[in-house]
Amino acid sequence: MNNDKRLAYWRANLRLVALCLVVWFVCSFGFGILFVEQLNSIRIGGFQLGFWFAQQGSIYIFVLLIFFYAWRMNRIDREHDVHED
Amino acid sequence: MSLQSLTYIVVGLSFALYIGIAIWSRAHNTRDFYIAGKGVSPLANGMATAADWMSAASFISMAGLIAFLGYDGSVYLMGWTGGYVLLALLLAPYLRKFGKFTVPEFIAERYYSKVARIVAVICLIFISFTYVAGQMRGVGIVFSRFLEVDVTVGLIIGMGIVFIYAVLGGMKGITYTQVAQYCVLIFAYTVPAIFIAIQITGNPIPQFAFGSEIVGSGSALLDKLDDIVTSLGFHQYTSGTKSRIDVFCITLALMVGTAGLPHVIVRFFTVPRVRDARISAGWALLFIAILYTTAPAVGSMARYNLINTIQTGDVGTEDGNLAYEERPDWFDTWEQTGLVVFDDKNGDGRVQYYDDTNPSFAPQAEKYGWQGNELTVDRDIMVLANPEIAGLPNWVIALVAAGGIAAALSTAAGLLLVISAAVSHDLIKGIIAPEISEKHELRAGRIAAAFAILVAGYLGFDPPGWVAQVVAFAFGLAAASLFPVILLGIFSKRVNREGAIAGMLTGLTFTYGYIEFFKGLFLKWAGAPWGVNTAEHWFLGISPEGIGVIGMSLNFIVAIAVSSMTRPPPEHIQHMVEQLRVPRHVEIDQ
Repeated sequence: MNNDKRLAYWRANLRLVALCLVVWFVCSFGFGILFVEQLNSIRIGGFQLGFWFAQQGSIYIFVLLIFFYAWRMNRIDREHDVHED
Repeated sequence: MSLQSLTYIVVGLSFALYIGIAIWSRAHNTRDFYIAGKGVSPLANGMATAADWMSAASFISMAGLIAFLGYDGSVYLMGWTGGYVLLALLLAPYLRKFGKFTVPEFIAERYYSKVARIVAVICLIFISFTYVAGQMRGVGIVFSRFLEVDVTVGLIIGMGIVFIYAVLGGMKGITYTQVAQYCVLIFAYTVPAIFIAIQITGNPIPQFAFGSEIVGSGSALLDKLDDIVTSLGFHQYTSGTKSRIDVFCITLALMVGTAGLPHVIVRFFTVPRVRDARISAGWALLFIAILYTTAPAVGSMARYNLINTIQTGDVGTEDGNLAYEERPDWFDTWEQTGLVVFDDKNGDGRVQYYDDTNPSFAPQAEKYGWQGNELTVDRDIMVLANPEIAGLPNWVIALVAAGGIAAALSTAAGLLLVISAAVSHDLIKGIIAPEISEKHELRAGRIAAAFAILVAGYLGFDPPGWVAQVVAFAFGLAAASLFPVILLGIFSKRVNREGAIAGMLTGLTFTYGYIEFFKGLFLKWAGAPWGVNTAEHWFLGISPEGIGVIGMSLNFIVAIAVSSMTRPPPEHIQHMVEQLRVPRHVEIDQ
């Protein structure tokens, strides 16, 4: 496997990781901590939105994020012909 | 049937199940013993990881902690789940591709250094023993409360069970018992939560009940809670008291620490393929999230229930507080264990529960004739007493006991295994006696596991005063020492032996020094802690719990700086890194 091909695969991987980490950061540190007071003025049912992100929403997003990453990454593996089996 | 005999039956059945699984899944070679022969399905590994991760503290203490902290409790919820995203994206797939047995082994090979391996083993052993002591203690508490045996007897029974399946089955035995333990603990956690959610809000799903209206009151649970806690002088439930930078740093330190914990990382060595490691982290977090999204709901409802029990009428009215004579049964039961303490300071025969450390509430309290808070509630009973407070049937209470024991045993077993692997594989096979046969290495692993159980039991029986404090240290240490060098080992080809060792030592020394300075760990005899542990004295306002973030940053900076000034790693190491980055084995040509 030559250098260019490996680099192309690695770059695609890094782009996906970066995208996921931005979402990870914004939903937890952004919505749950840094902007919690601003978001708390929005209400969803009996929750203040910032508080909901800090104690519920961020966790749901973490779970979805890993499944999304695993699914996308399997496709990238195939596109670059580095998949297992 | 009495509660006690029911509890004996439920706990006894769960033990029989664990031992049965252990005999069925005995380890035959070192591959089985260290990494379950790499044959675990991603779903089963996800469940085992969840049980491994959720300790006695998650099961017993966390909801209670959140009940008293309110919003500030979010640091634990986000911190102990968000780390799995880092693990899945940055570490697990690559370490699985590496395909060996232990975390120090990766560090040794990537940084071509025995010194790095020894430093990693020291970090690992310290982190793991800190943790395991807490688990054994949890086993002891559950035994003494629910089975009414002595804490020591409880501990010995717990040690015996772990001994059978950890020593016999190694990673293979542990994995399949953890799957069973996950089922027991999650069932035991959610059933009482559902009952209480129905009682308070009429909504059976705790995650939704958390944001619903209280039956018959017309106001939402969290709004009502904010109202009553502030009327008793406590801070608002939905907002915090910690500074923003501190909340930020503690959350990040816990996340990074989670991703750097050896007993969690090593679980991803047990699946067959790289793609299984990725998806398995998703399953693990899903199973963890079921408990972690239920816990804050339980916390808020438990706090509401507690205050409602004590504050029977309007705040400040003569008969607004619970008369001690009319206390409910659970109050009595837990008073006997010393976890609920009542002290009638103003001698009126009623229980006053309020924040007597809040100066702006003091004039109000004085007007009511209150002379200090009279009720001390240990946070651990919030989960353990929940079924009794809610008046649930005895079998639910018995189930909670079995769940607490399952949570503690599963985590203890995982930790004991990484300790024994570090001794037999990294120290004995890796450094002291490389020519040792597989049969002897397996025996050494079993002896090390047995020895680790004895030490853990001793720590649980007679915990040094600092056990609770060093949990923060374990996470800070994992964040500041192991995580950065593993990450750099994968994502940089330039970071070398000198950089990694310097980085680990810097992160370790700084983090340890800061915690010792403010909290005092091992140097109490020399006058530690030397610093006053309050926000105005902290570096940048960061508490010892969150300082791992600075330690981690220093580790990164030093590792990169030192590497750039010294020779790059040899070519075969750079090839190894290239190989780690692709799932299938490929021929590397330039």
